[in-house]
Formats: sequence, C-alpha cells, structure tokens
Amino acid sequence: MMLSRTASNLYWMARYVERMENTARILDVTYRMSLVPKDSRLADQEWYAPLYITGTLYPFTGRFNEVNARGVLHFMTIDPDSPSSIVACARAARENARAVRGRITSEMWEILNATWLEIQKITDAELTSDRLLALFEWVKERSHLFRGVTVGTMLQDEAFQFNRLGTFMERADNTARILDVKYHVLLPSLQDVGGAVDYYQWAAVLRSVSSFESYRKVYRDVITPLRVAELLILRADMPRSLHHCMREAYEILRAISRGQSNEATRLAGEMHAGLQFGRVDTIFAAGLHEYLTEFLRRTGVLSDEVARTFFGGGQSQQQVQAA
Amino acid sequence: MSFDSYYNEMYLADGAVRSHYQALADWIATTPHDRIKQMRDAANMLFHRVGITFAVYGEDAGAERLIPFDMLPHIIPATEWRLLERGLKQRVRALNMFLHDVYHGQEILRAGRIPAERVNGNKLFKQEMVGVDVPGGIYAHVAGIDLVRAGAGEYYVLEDNLRTPSGVSYMLENRKMMMRLVPELFARQSIAPVEHYPDLLLDTLRAVAPANVENAVVVVLTPGQFNSAYFEHAFLAQQMGVELVEGADLFVADDTVYMRTTTGPQRVDVIYRRIDDEFLDPQVFRPDSMLGVPGLVSAYRRGRVTLCNAVGTGVGDDKSIYPFVPDMIRFYLGEEPLLNNVPTWQLRNREDLEYTLAHLDELVVKEVHGSGGYGMLIGPTSTEREREAYRQRILDGPENFISQPTLSLSTCPIFVDQGVAPRHIDLRPFVLSGKDVVMCPGGLTRVALREGSLVVNSSQGGGTKDTWILNG
Repeated sequence: MMLSRTASNLYWMARYVERMENTARILDVTYRMSLVPKDSRLADQEWYAPLYITGTLYPFTGRFNEVNARGVLHFMTIDPDSPSSIVACARAARENARAVRGRITSEMWEILNATWLEIQKITDAELTSDRLLALFEWVKERSHLFRGVTVGTMLQDEAFQFNRLGTFMERADNTARILDVKYHVLLPSLQDVGGAVDYYQWAAVLRSVSSFESYRKVYRDVITPLRVAELLILRADMPRSLHHCMREAYEILRAISRGQSNEATRLAGEMHAGLQFGRVDTIFAAGLHEYLTEFLRRTGVLSDEVARTFFGGGQSQQQVQAA
Repeated sequence: MSFDSYYNEMYLADGAVRSHYQALADWIATTPHDRIKQMRDAANMLFHRVGITFAVYGEDAGAERLIPFDMLPHIIPATEWRLLERGLKQRVRALNMFLHDVYHGQEILRAGRIPAERVNGNKLFKQEMVGVDVPGGIYAHVAGIDLVRAGAGEYYVLEDNLRTPSGVSYMLENRKMMMRLVPELFARQSIAPVEHYPDLLLDTLRAVAPANVENAVVVVLTPGQFNSAYFEHAFLAQQMGVELVEGADLFVADDTVYMRTTTGPQRVDVIYRRIDDEFLDPQVFRPDSMLGVPGLVSAYRRGRVTLCNAVGTGVGDDKSIYPFVPDMIRFYLGEEPLLNNVPTWQLRNREDLEYTLAHLDELVVKEVHGSGGYGMLIGPTSTEREREAYRQRILDGPENFISQPTLSLSTCPIFVDQGVAPRHIDLRPFVLSGKDVVMCPGGLTRVALREGSLVVNSSQGGGTKDTWILNG
C-alpha cells in the first residue's frame, strides 16, 4: 500500500533520471555523426535530429533563428526552459525525489541532490568539443550510479517497483527515439546507402546506446541496419532493447496489480508479445520509422493507463514530453 | 575573546571556564584552528548534500538555504536541565488545561483571572472548537517553548509555540553531525541522547487516536515541498515510518478521513498536521485554500480523526495571553510557576502604552499575533526613523502590540574565522503531551550570528547549534 501521489513521484523520478541519461545519449550520437566527413552544404543538418526526436523542434525554432550545433547543445543541456534538457530533467528528478524523500534511501536522494547541485554549475564554456564527450559521460555515470544505488540500497517493495517501472517505460521510449535518429539524419545522396557514411552512422547509433561491443559479440560481422534494429528492438537480453524494456514493464505491472486485471497490464502484455514474436524483416517491410512511430504512440497510451490505474488520474501533470 | 555584561554560557566573569564546558575548552585549545575550519566546511557540505535546507519566502521562488550551523555546542548541566524540564512540563500542562477550559466551561474567565474579551474576542479563538471534546483533553501535543537567559543567568520563557512549532529536525540533524565530527567528545563525557524523539512523537500521536481505534494510522500532513519547513515534515514522517501526505492525498467520506493509495482508500486516524488552522479545510476556514481537505474539520469535530495539534491552540500562545500564563499555572495546578515570564506591557492598557511610547528606544515591541521574528521593533538597535514609523503603527491599534524590556540574552561562543566569539542564543525545547507529558533532553539552540544581534530566527539570519545536556 502506498500513496498514489508517492507512486507517481517515484515513477517520474526514475523516468527523469533515465531521460536525462538518454538526452545525453541522443546528443552523443548526434555529435558523433556530425564528425563524419561530409559535404559542407549539409553542415549542421544533423542537429535537427535531436529536436525532431524529442519533439522540441517548434519550441526551439520559436526561440532561436538557426538550428546549429551550439544552439541545440545549449538548448538540450543547460537551458532550464527546454523540457528535455539535461538540467530540466535533473531538476524534475530531484523535485520528484524530494517529494518522496521518506520513501527512498538517503543515498538515492543524495545522488540526485548532488547531481542537481553540480549540473547548475555547467556553463556554455563547457559545451566545447573537447569537453562535450566528458560531460555526456558524466551525465551517464550519474544515472548509472543512481540505478546502482537504487538496486543496492532500496527495499524491494512496491516503491521499488514503481521506480523500476519508470526506468523501463522511459528507456523503451528513448531507445525507440534514438533508433529513429537515423531516419532524420539524411545521407548525402542515395549512393551513400550502404556506404561508409551509412556505416559510421549506424555505428554511432550503437555506440550511443552502449551496444557496439554487444553487436560485435552477437553477430561477429559487419554492421547492417537490419541487425542493428534487430538488436535494439527484438533481442530480449539487450538491456536497452524495446523487447527487454517491455518485458520488464509487463512483469512489474503484473506484480503491482496483484492479480487484478487492468488495461495497463493488458496493453504492456500485448506490446511485449508483439516484440517477443516479432520479425525484423516484417518491421523493415512496413518501414522502420513507421514502426517506431507506432511504438511511441502506444507507449504514450500505456503511460496514460498506468497513471489512470495507479496514480488516480489521467495524463500525469509531470509529463512534459511533447512528442 | 571579549567579556561583557551578558551572561556568558561558557566563561565566568574572571575568564575561567565553567566546569561543564571544560572538556570542550580543552578540545578547542588542542585542536588546530585549521582542523576545526575543515570540519566546519565539511559539515556545511554535508548539510547541503543531504539537503537539510529551508525555503526563504519572498526571495526567488524555490530558493533553498542552509541554516548556518555552528560547531560549538550549547551545554547545560543535567542538574540545571531537570529544573527546566519540570518548569516546562508544568507550563505545558497548564496551557493544555487552559485550552480545554476556554473551549468548554471558561472557568478561568468566570473567575476573573483573564479578561473574557481577551479570549472570546481573540481572532485565534476558534468558535468551531467550542464544546468539542478532543482525546485526552489535549490540544497542544507538540509545544516548542522558547527560553532565554538574562544577565545573572536566570531563565525566562520568551514565547510559547503551540501551533506548529518547527525546528526539531535541526536538533536531531545537528546531533548527528556533531557525533560524526567530534566523536571523541561524546566518548569522553556523558551527553544525554536525543535520537529517540521520533519514537516519543509517534507514541504521543498514537496515544491520542480516536476511541476504539487499534493500530492507529498516523500521517504527517504538509503544505508541500515549497513550504519553508518541508525538510522537517519529510524527515519526521520518514523517522516515524509513516506517510507524508498533502491535502490532495486525503479525502473525507461519511466523516471519515481516507488517503488515496495505489490499492484504494486507506483510513487515517491521526494527522500530525503542519498546516495552519486557516488552511485546513476550505469548507470551514479559508475557502481558497488548496492545501487542506474539504470536510476534515467536520470529521474532526465528530471525533473520527485526531488533529495534532488541535484546531484553535493559537489562543494559548498569543502574546496577549502570554502575560497570564503564570496565573494559569496557579489557577489550574495550584502550583507556583517554576519558570518566569518576561515582564510584559500590554499596550491595550493606557498606562502601559504611555510607558512604552516614552521608552521605545529601550524596549522590544512585538505584534500580538506575530511569530517568526517578523514585524518587531528592537528599540536599542533601531533608528529614529524606524521608531517613528513603528510609533504610528502602534497608535493605529495599540491592542495589537505588547512590549518587553530588551533582555540581555546570554551568549555562547561560536566558531568564526578568527577564532571563537560570543553570540546571543536562545533555546527551544520541545514538550510532547499524549498519555504523559514527555521531553527529549535538549532542544534547538538558535544563535544570532551577526555580532551584537539579538534576533535568532532562521528567517532573519540566525543559525543553530547542538545542545548538550551533560551528566556531571
């Protein structure tokens, strides 16, 4: 038994930590792609991708004239008014944690509080090419640390389950978005499909979700789009794959529903089954981008159902994702 | 170190160390200054990391500050503490009896010991409580009584806080910090522990559950995380192992209070509320309150839930009632008060008003309903202009003010960059009333960090210290 609001705060705390990490990952992959040598006419075109996939293109263009590396990096890291910026996620994670301090361990709280205190010190001066990757690493490490401390210190009760549910719901959403980056980053020309640029871009996607080594281990072969998609969508044993995330979400929902049937659990089960029995060539036949778009729509519906079933409301007010 | 006319907690007039401070004095003398400085910085960093902060009203929204912490403890010998404890318990007993009386037979008014209009015409007197029986007849379950010590070392009660007194979390966190920083001082002498306060509080709250309730469900009700004392609310809920709820988490059905949980409604029996009366229930008090619970007061009046502290305790800690507390003790307990009141002029009385206006530069003038150190005039440190402005405010409504002599509050050394220096302090012990009246040995020592300042409130630049009750 726990307060509905507490459950909601725990869930959103975890989601924002995960989102903070994934914003860093999205910027990381974009930055790596921007380093691939290419036609100067296409300079900066990669920087549309993070805005598309986080659904913040219009908020951005409403405030800034030009889409370029500097502007997007500022907007998505230290701009407090940008909804998925790293600093905004850190703040939202901390505020949710602060509302449930009594329900989480002091170590968990201290990590989020310290992250928030540190992150406010970051200025535009840190967003230079030589320090950028270190910043992304640091953000990812804080998120790893938080999850590790959660698993290592928290009583594995209902509060723990809502926290984990938030992690996997957000991660499923974010992996789908990262995979979709490739769709938004155009190749210089049709002849480049399957060429060196294409290869580097897919490799960047893999690296951004820490899956490059796993890819090599699983396939022992060259990088192809089909296999990258298979790895990140359908492999149950890849911790960031859609299949893995939905399996976890489904199991957690079953546990916290305690035998009661509800739409949230049914929906998660349906999505999980689709991933468990899905085939990558079917996905590609219909179009990867289309598949991912539909997946994101359904995770949105699932999130609303979770809120309705457990948090005593519909769309949670903390949900700021526009996409 | 300079010596002055104030009572110095640590040193005798000839500069010798009072015996109960000897171990501390030795420690200061043998610990390198830089080492103490490092400890202080480490303490500040830890407080920040842990987020032991309070929000400051009127500054940029959501700003959080640390309450400055001073490493040198305020030490009281156990023999002296026992006298204080008896006096404090006596006072709180009488105040609870007074509150019960004013909402029932009003014997004390009929006996002519307190002018009736002072109670019945008081805006903190809650008509809704008239004739309502609360469990055990207890109103102020948690009382914070502010003590000061004047020139010759004699104690005075400066103020009774019977509504939602705060600060106990700092008492506990300061102790934790001191045990971490100077464990050797705890090993070397016998310092009374305070860590069991949350258990005492939970026992107190359970003891006043509605009749026929077993295993009472207790919750802490907070206005939310932007309230200045939110840290404390969350801290106490966590330490007691009970839910921290906001108004929106509760609802009332059939005069029963429930909280909304992931598995459906759960009945609530005792609410340790840290929300003012006015915001508790929009159906009864302020209709625009978003913090409260509609129907709560109705459930409370019917005895279906217990509110701690009770509604309407403000009439007991109002500064216009304060002068009568010694008389209450005599009236209800038939005892002589063990603790003194500060002499108080009530400006509703013509003579007191005239005296006060003629001596504004010597006196402290306070608003009758005020708290937190806001809206007061400290004569000796005020400017001519401030006094003139205040004189106008007094003349606009003299009944809203009292005045008191400016007490030469005792000083206790604090750690400063140059060494140690004396600063004025006060002490807020907490008195819990449930089945019994119980106390933790100690309290929250507040210190005015600015040299010469007499204002110890955290909202006005005050800091805190650990308080040690030392067995000799």
